[in-house]
Amino acid sequence: MAQLDLSEKLAILADAAKYDASCSSSGGARRDSRKGKGIGSTTGAGICHAYTPDGRCISLLKVLLTNSCVFNCQYCINRAGSNVRRARFTVRELVDLTIDFYKRNYIEGLFLSSGIIRDPNYTMEQLIDVARSLRQDHHFHGYIHLKTIPDADPDLVTRAGLHADRVSINVELPTDPGLRDLAPEKSRDRIEGAMGRMRGAIEDGKDARRRFRSAPAFAPAGQSTQMIIGADAATDRDIVSRAATLYDRYGLRRVYYSAFSPIPDAGSALPAGRPPLLREHRLYQSDWMMRFYEFSPDDLAAALDPLSGMLPLDMDPKLAWALRRRDCFPVDINRAPRTLLLRVPGLGPRAVQSILAARRWHTLRLEDVARITVSLTKIRPFIVTADWRPTLLTDRADLAALVRPRATQLDLFSR
Amino acid sequence: MTPRLVTLDREDDFEGWRNAARSLAASAVPAHQVVWQVGDQRTDLFAGAPVDLATTRPIMVPGDFVRIARCALLHSEPQRFALLYDLFLKVLDRPSLVRDRTDGLVHKVGALSQAVLRDIHKMQGFVRFREVQEEGVCRCVAWFEPDHHILRASAAFFVNRFAAMTWSILTPKGSLHWDGGRLLEGPPARRQDGPDADTVEAVWKTYYAATFNPARLGTRAMMREMPGRYWRNLPETSVIRDLVSGSAPKSGR
Ligand code: SF4
Repeated sequence: MAQLDLSEKLAILADAAKYDASCSSSGGARRDSRKGKGIGSTTGAGICHAYTPDGRCISLLKVLLTNSCVFNCQYCINRAGSNVRRARFTVRELVDLTIDFYKRNYIEGLFLSSGIIRDPNYTMEQLIDVARSLRQDHHFHGYIHLKTIPDADPDLVTRAGLHADRVSINVELPTDPGLRDLAPEKSRDRIEGAMGRMRGAIEDGKDARRRFRSAPAFAPAGQSTQMIIGADAATDRDIVSRAATLYDRYGLRRVYYSAFSPIPDAGSALPAGRPPLLREHRLYQSDWMMRFYEFSPDDLAAALDPLSGMLPLDMDPKLAWALRRRDCFPVDINRAPRTLLLRVPGLGPRAVQSILAARRWHTLRLEDVARITVSLTKIRPFIVTADWRPTLLTDRADLAALVRPRATQLDLFSR
Repeated sequence: MTPRLVTLDREDDFEGWRNAARSLAASAVPAHQVVWQVGDQRTDLFAGAPVDLATTRPIMVPGDFVRIARCALLHSEPQRFALLYDLFLKVLDRPSLVRDRTDGLVHKVGALSQAVLRDIHKMQGFVRFREVQEEGVCRCVAWFEPDHHILRASAAFFVNRFAAMTWSILTPKGSLHWDGGRLLEGPPARRQDGPDADTVEAVWKTYYAATFNPARLGTRAMMREMPGRYWRNLPETSVIRDLVSGSAPKSGR
């Protein structure tokens, strides 16, 4: 193989990493480089440094250490049997590149993952060495996200957390048959075993910090995972319930979804087409409903189509839920508790907070609600205010047509 | 009552505004009787008596108000000092008002403060340093055009992050220079005062192009988060046109 220069390697290894949905740099501990040498800070909030024409934010330098891999996961462009050009960074190259980008304020830090070279332990050691060198040789205080390989030695996997802000272990496919058929070298037990140990290590780390201020931080931004959507037969119902279990069992910060992209020379076990990108978006919306709108996975079931087990594509799941549960509406803006206000389509947590604060002092009218929401038309059929009551509107068969959004260009984001 | 004239030192002079607001409120001067100006530019030729700051005494207002006012005051809207004083008087009367976003004035001031926070956030993301050699030492220099008077408020972020470097941020409203230990403020700058290239930018553009997924073209979200007015100071935006046109045939296939 001809020698590749740094730019060529970067082009290959960034291209190969772009199917990872996460680029988040949030949730870390706050730190800065005021004392002593080195560079970098984390504010806890995450900063987007650029946006690409796919609408996604660039926060981290997201690359693979190498796209060579001894595994043969069917859905993956980097699998052993694939025909792509291979490249590999040295630890030094990757460290220098991160620092060069960071110094110019292009990025918040590094998101590093890798194909498996030689064996899982060797690969994991290389990944950890990049993070270690950044932290120890360069006193880098920016954000580091390390993808860890579940099949590596448990203490290598947990060592990742000593240098990284966030660690992730991908569950890859939402169902067991999916994993068996498409990623035969991986195992759900080993993946979830590693997530369980990681949770333990993160909690021990927090505990130690509470008792000894000087204890080292351990993955302060927690762990996350990713599932590929549309490569196996999983329905949205399967995915939502798997995600709920994962949040619950492993204390995850985030579950990311990545819509399957068809790849050249794919095996016959894979679908020929991609799932609609909207499906990924709807799944994220259902995720927000559970994380910010206090819907339980059981509540969420009403938003799914009972036969197909899928979320509707033509409206967001919160609206779909409201249309199926008309018995819960209209909601009285001046009297309803927080949880019910949060169920009104078009009312977000911030608007609900404002309603609760305002109504302590006066009764709210429609114009008051208009000031704190984006679209009054959208929410009017679902609410009651001092001067408004939607007469019978919620019983109309054509309500869906009245409130359904008109088709617009889809904007995607996955932060 | 003759109108009062308040002269603030700078566009972002929160302390000055607060001192004036306190003494005006202590003498029960209504909002429409105050003319606010910055420096010597007279905003109203007929404005009268300067404010006597000696009448200042501590006045308690909710922390929420101070937080919002600190931000909103950095907005480029000329009426902001007057709006804030108006709200200040109303909040003295009813402290809880500041949390009522259904109130027209609170809503307006809240929107100013949101716009300023967004501008600060964009500055943290979109400043691009270019390296120059200065008598054998490296200095990173950026040219940035904020919408509001946020330069000084943004200094701490850059100092905390790039403490061991030496850098300058140049803007049309003023400049900041950090020498690794001290922060100096300088006069407004022009674009041509900064360097016009950096060797790493080519590598950065390579990354930007490679991380873009043409199968997911969605320029609307990009434009919303990275509006056109920022583009001329972001080197990577020079490849967007090629990325978008290159991706068009693929998505049609
Ligand atoms: S182990 Fe990872 S890189 Fe290797 S084939 Fe599977 S998904 Fe791709």
